[in-house]
Amino acid sequence: MTDVDLSTSLAGITLPNPVMTASGCAGAGKELDAFFDVAEVGAIVSGSVTLDSRAGWPTPRMVETPSGMLNAIGLQGLGIDGFLATELPWLVQRNARAVVSIAGSSLGEYAELARRVGNSPGVTAVEVNISCPNVEDRGLVFGCDPYQASKVVNVVRRDVPRAIPVLAKLTPDVTSIVDVAEAVVNAGADGLVMVNTTLGMAIDPATLRPTLGGTTGGLSGPAIHPVAVRCVWQVHAAMPEVPIVGVGGVRTGFDALELLLAGAVAVQVGTVIFNDPSAPVRVVSELREELAQRNITSVADVIGRAHRPEGELL
Amino acid sequence: MALEAATSVGPAATTGAYVSRTTTGPVQVAGEVLTVKRVGAYHHLTLVAPGVADRFRPGNFVALAVGGALSDRLLRRSFSIYRARPTGAYGGTVEVVFAVTGPGTRWLSKLAAGTTVDVVGPLGRPYALPKEPVACTLVGGGCGSAPLFSLAERLRERGCGVHMVLGASTENRLFGALEAKRAATTVVVTTEDGSIGIKGAVTDVLPDLLARSSSDVVYACGPKAMLHAVAETAELHGAWSQTAVEDSMACGTGVCMTCVLPVVGEDGVTRMLRACVDGPVFRGDRVRWDDVGTIPEDTLGAPRRGGPQ
Repeated sequence: MTDVDLSTSLAGITLPNPVMTASGCAGAGKELDAFFDVAEVGAIVSGSVTLDSRAGWPTPRMVETPSGMLNAIGLQGLGIDGFLATELPWLVQRNARAVVSIAGSSLGEYAELARRVGNSPGVTAVEVNISCPNVEDRGLVFGCDPYQASKVVNVVRRDVPRAIPVLAKLTPDVTSIVDVAEAVVNAGADGLVMVNTTLGMAIDPATLRPTLGGTTGGLSGPAIHPVAVRCVWQVHAAMPEVPIVGVGGVRTGFDALELLLAGAVAVQVGTVIFNDPSAPVRVVSELREELAQRNITSVADVIGRAHRPEGELL
Repeated sequence: MALEAATSVGPAATTGAYVSRTTTGPVQVAGEVLTVKRVGAYHHLTLVAPGVADRFRPGNFVALAVGGALSDRLLRRSFSIYRARPTGAYGGTVEVVFAVTGPGTRWLSKLAAGTTVDVVGPLGRPYALPKEPVACTLVGGGCGSAPLFSLAERLRERGCGVHMVLGASTENRLFGALEAKRAATTVVVTTEDGSIGIKGAVTDVLPDLLARSSSDVVYACGPKAMLHAVAETAELHGAWSQTAVEDSMACGTGVCMTCVLPVVGEDGVTRMLRACVDGPVFRGDRVRWDDVGTIPEDTLGAPRRGGPQ
């Protein structure tokens, strides 16, 4: 079989392979320890860490939908103190590349989170969640408005050491994702993570009322994979030099390859982990096979390749 | 009377000590259907799933993927383990009992022998066992009785007296009434419609049974309303209660954060705990049953009153 170099470069850092876990889908990594070695994947992305501990939304918090699910968790978590005391050290001790997702409800909170995380040893990158649909403001204030989004990224970039890339996670629920992407890149984002869940809703057949305790929820899973491919494609076409992490419904090695071809330098596996807890490492080996059977020897060779003119052969 | 700490065998066990991917904790294995049998209103599924039984303790559950590898139904279905056998003619097996409630369980109910089902387990914290040979009462609602039979076996091995109460809405929704006669010293059966046994609910007969048996521990599995009533009855009689909740879970492994309920910790603080890794067995007096489905105001991290968090 063709020898494949899976390593990839993301905003100045090198990952052994381009498959990361998606925020909110892998706990703090530790829960998946029984299924694979967290150091074997490109990176583990934490659930979004907030300043204070959060209890989240009441149940029901999820609904299964065709090829996906809706969730309204509401960023339940320990808060930054608990995260830095227990969860981050575990990832570091296990030699995982730890990408810390942060979510604030004000610029001040984002700044403080950035300082705390930026000053902690072992952080590979910071992912700025400006697009969670499940907080009180439904993410509308930051992620949907290029100006607000750029202000958040600006304060975070200012407070995170230069050597640690700051990645902005974007929502697909905007008219022009390119506009938001350009705004956050101009504000200092070193890379983009696309896409977060898209806002959805389900109604309970018994009560005839909204099923989720949070009324609306984020739609994720293979159902939204084509949306992710489209967003990555559009932003890569507009800004080919900006590193993109593609996320949305990655289930197979080819799903991952598709995002790379559209222009992503790495991908994240999310909801599919609920279906298959070892999916991240399975996707790594399937991606290797997808490349090998096409006689492609390096991930770097496929990034953005779908943008090349027809007739240009592999 | 003390209960042994319910040493978790699920991913929660990774707190502190290193847990190997090969000796403890859940396994993920391509299971193979051995049989699916109808039992009254339920289905009894036996899977060849090597590795699960070796780590099984009563109260653990398995999370099954449904619909095959290309299924558009992504969420796992979680079931208490009825029986787990480490060895046999077919290798290690695991058995579950379930009602058909939707497309996932319908798929499972129609599986042909030999079909592959992805199995993750054993998951969750098991029932805590008493250190001394005390009397125990086991209460099962519907097919919630399934995990109680292997529990009864472990309790008897420890010299504990075992009494059982099985309840259901009607006769064909009772599970294991015959088996209970072998598993327990005393068996009381209740049905809401009186089609068999005493007409009423398990909690109608529980106070009397607890008094007669002098039970120190009550173990229960079933719907939350029943668990709530069992926990209260146990407390009135000065008995410990160990309640296993049957929550719908998306993953079963602790990562999705959907199966939470408010539970009071040793420190008196209420937290939203995950039924899958912090449970499914909780001390009945620790669960805030009336507040399930809400975030009580005094929960750690609850939204502050008078404005967004």
